Amino acid sequence: MRAQGEWLTTELERRGVSRREFMGFCATMAAALALPDTAAAQIARAVGRTEKPILIWLEFQDCAGNTESFLRASRPTAADVILDVLSIDYHETIMAAAGFQSRENRDRPVKERPGGYIAVVEGSIPTGANGAYCTIGGESALDIARTVCGNAAATIAIGTCATFGGLPAASPNPTGALGVADAVPGVRNLINLSACPANVENLTALLVYYLTFKRWPPLDHYRRPLFAYGKSIHDNCERRAHYDAGQYVEAWGDAGHRAGYCLYKMGCKGPVTFQNCPNVRWNGGTNWPIGCGHPCIGCSEPDFWDRMTPFYQHLTGVPGFGVNSNIDTIGALAVLGVGAAFAGHGLIQIVKRAGDKAEPITPKAPTKGDA
Amino acid sequence: MARVIVDPVTRIEGHLRIEAEVDGGMVRDAWSSCTMFRGIELILKGRDPRDAWAFTQRICGVCTTVHAIASIRAVENAIGAAPPPNARLLRNLIIAAQAVQDHVIHFYHLHALDWVDIVSALSADPLKTSSLAESISDWPLSSPKYFAGIRDRVKGFVDRGQLGPFANAYWGHPAYRLPPEANLMAVAHYLEALEWQREFIKMHAVLGGKNPHLQSFLVGGMATPVDPDSQAALNTGTIAALQQLVANARDFVTRVYIPDLLAVASFYKDWAGYGRGVGNYLAYGEYPDDDTATPALFLPGGVIRGRDLSQAAPFDQAKVTEYVAHSWYQYQQGDAVALHPYEGETMPTYTGPTPPYERLYTEPDSKYSWLKSPRYDDEPMEVGPLSRMLVAYVSGHARVKELVGTVLKALNVGPGALFSTLGRVAARGIETQVLAEKMGDWVSALGANMAAGELRIHDNSKWDPSTWPADAMGAGFHEAPRGALGHWVHIHDGLIGNYQCVVPSTWNAGPRDAKGLRGPYEEALLGTPVADLQRPVEILRTIHSFDPCMACGVHVVDAKRREVARVRAV
Repeated sequence: MRAQGEWLTTELERRGVSRREFMGFCATMAAALALPDTAAAQIARAVGRTEKPILIWLEFQDCAGNTESFLRASRPTAADVILDVLSIDYHETIMAAAGFQSRENRDRPVKERPGGYIAVVEGSIPTGANGAYCTIGGESALDIARTVCGNAAATIAIGTCATFGGLPAASPNPTGALGVADAVPGVRNLINLSACPANVENLTALLVYYLTFKRWPPLDHYRRPLFAYGKSIHDNCERRAHYDAGQYVEAWGDAGHRAGYCLYKMGCKGPVTFQNCPNVRWNGGTNWPIGCGHPCIGCSEPDFWDRMTPFYQHLTGVPGFGVNSNIDTIGALAVLGVGAAFAGHGLIQIVKRAGDKAEPITPKAPTKGDA
Repeated sequence: MARVIVDPVTRIEGHLRIEAEVDGGMVRDAWSSCTMFRGIELILKGRDPRDAWAFTQRICGVCTTVHAIASIRAVENAIGAAPPPNARLLRNLIIAAQAVQDHVIHFYHLHALDWVDIVSALSADPLKTSSLAESISDWPLSSPKYFAGIRDRVKGFVDRGQLGPFANAYWGHPAYRLPPEANLMAVAHYLEALEWQREFIKMHAVLGGKNPHLQSFLVGGMATPVDPDSQAALNTGTIAALQQLVANARDFVTRVYIPDLLAVASFYKDWAGYGRGVGNYLAYGEYPDDDTATPALFLPGGVIRGRDLSQAAPFDQAKVTEYVAHSWYQYQQGDAVALHPYEGETMPTYTGPTPPYERLYTEPDSKYSWLKSPRYDDEPMEVGPLSRMLVAYVSGHARVKELVGTVLKALNVGPGALFSTLGRVAARGIETQVLAEKMGDWVSALGANMAAGELRIHDNSKWDPSTWPADAMGAGFHEAPRGALGHWVHIHDGLIGNYQCVVPSTWNAGPRDAKGLRGPYEEALLGTPVADLQRPVEILRTIHSFDPCMACGVHVVDAKRREVARVRAV
């Protein structure tokens, strides 16, 4: 087998990716990660010499939305290289093998290289009916997650179902669905990439970060990378100026809507939602939900199916629209307001979960050089 | 008799298990099981029906538009909202883009590896591959150098010793019949299609903010403003961009997908004799051409029974029922009855073995799936592109008739060949071609509306729940890429009282009913050859020809739920 760096150089050439384009990609990634310009060279060196880490992608109570998001990786030449730098040994939606042979592909790294692979989990994990709400090859999702995530160097929970339970865990949570943090407590180096689905640009950036620094990025109290979840949608929204100027959409298709006014009154949850959609956007930077005229629904936040609904009811408890408002106060009050409205909604009760405990999860010290 | 179990069935959406009895190199009986349940309809109860589209959309992230469309149609039907013409055009474009992209992904990334042996491609001669490619299409990426590059890239991948998603497959199985050059060409197009789908689906980002899970749907219309004089709305620049995306799609479908389909199919014509299935075909129809309550549809709906291509009967929703005789649910009146969705009830009741388990179907009366068994007039029905194309063919759809004729002639087979594994593959391609040709008309119509000053996107008159009747019921029908989809909603005092979905993969993948009649997957597997019990690639071919989408298939009809287990984290 050839040296990895040599392989990458050859691979880049084969794909017609010039050195210059590749460095351009690395610079973009550095910017996405909020790193200084000098980091681009470091990223390039790291990606160039890295071993091809094994990745096992598990799907449980999922819709494959994050898998589809993954297939939309949008800087084709360079991002493809990055993805090819991984060895995706198990991924039910794309893998050629089926049946017991596919399970062998999953189990081999667990047995032969414990602590030497990355697990990705898509979808929630049901705890009801002794695991019968989701089985693969006759094994329950919970058992598979315990084994695969329990032996992984790191686990990336991708999408809001895998991070916080998501839709299956929405009230009344018929199957006892949990996110990874709650279903398999204590897994090493758990990173949450919430959102419905997660934006592939953030997955790519996370993997590049890891390949570059051999450690995982700083996380917020929900174990989400700060580079992607550090600011609210509202903070970076292209319609923020209209909010500050008191210009709001009042009805779908009205003059304000056509002019791109603020969607706050139509139910936008941007002020209480933390993600980098306004910066990174979607599908290769083509657009994002607010850009196409629909409010943010808060999909990267825990329990958003319960706490952010009804989606078209505007956040309440706001002490006054306009430039003098303190948005942090608005955000805090707004969450309370939505919660209060929700509590009055007699048919639904939130099922409390372990992850809802008041104390935040403390980000663990990164483990170096595991994979 | 040997029991062959394929679990997981990969290259699908969701969790599917197939158990089959094989004797004398042939499938004698089969059981289709879905092994995942979420209970989304239970979750919908008591919520704002204007939110329902976002919940049901998450039933599936592959066909990420279909449940949103069916949901807004059902709620609009219940409350009497009338989306304006622009909303209809935007929805048609979103629906067609989903179908075109989904079908191409299915052919290249989900189904192709049942027919194409990647390892064999390594021994292909690039010069001969180029000749082959140029003999079937004028697609420009066809030089010997290009194919040599693809071959070397695959070789480099193999030499590296980490096969990743291509490891441990059925490579070298005698059922793979393509010459190395055809395999190499298909591998090249597998990679090209991966790039293509990413670019084409930007259409969804333009019209829906993002893909997957577009976010521009509204009960009563769409949230994407239309205004030629605004940079924050769909404008003439958008029209130009959409026309370009449509042109690129048409180009790829016409010059790559269809020629590949015919080339690959020509080596597997015997698969027109396998996978016949239940022989009944159901389509609701799709793509409204006007804004009346009962619009003309670009692709018609109808019912074909017993492979009789002389007529398609009109669809009557009153004839839809569901059994739970072999599903992990129970009815108050027992397992013998079938209930219409409006009268449906669900009590999830798992009676299978506690995991880990070896076998699911052990006794004749075993329940073995989270899917119910939908029936139409008490008969199992196949839904999907084949059903749509057959109904359109029988109904005299000119372009469909023409293309069906072209394909049958190219493969030198008769119409009977359509009722098969190969027929499903061909019908999917024909539909993709028809839609890729049609989409430009809807973009042009949107542009014409802009020019005429028609900028409405939403019926605001029914947005406020206080305008709704205290009690309202409605149904929404849609043709998803995988087939006929229906949502039924019951609204009480502005909130969802009951919500029901009858879904394509439930029709196709459901288990036996109370009478023991097999579902379409199960029936289609009968007679399928299995040369190697350890490597049943033939089973995958027939199952994949339906394009399974299991997350969609599992749904819960809940009219009278009383109690749902609450589980706490331990």
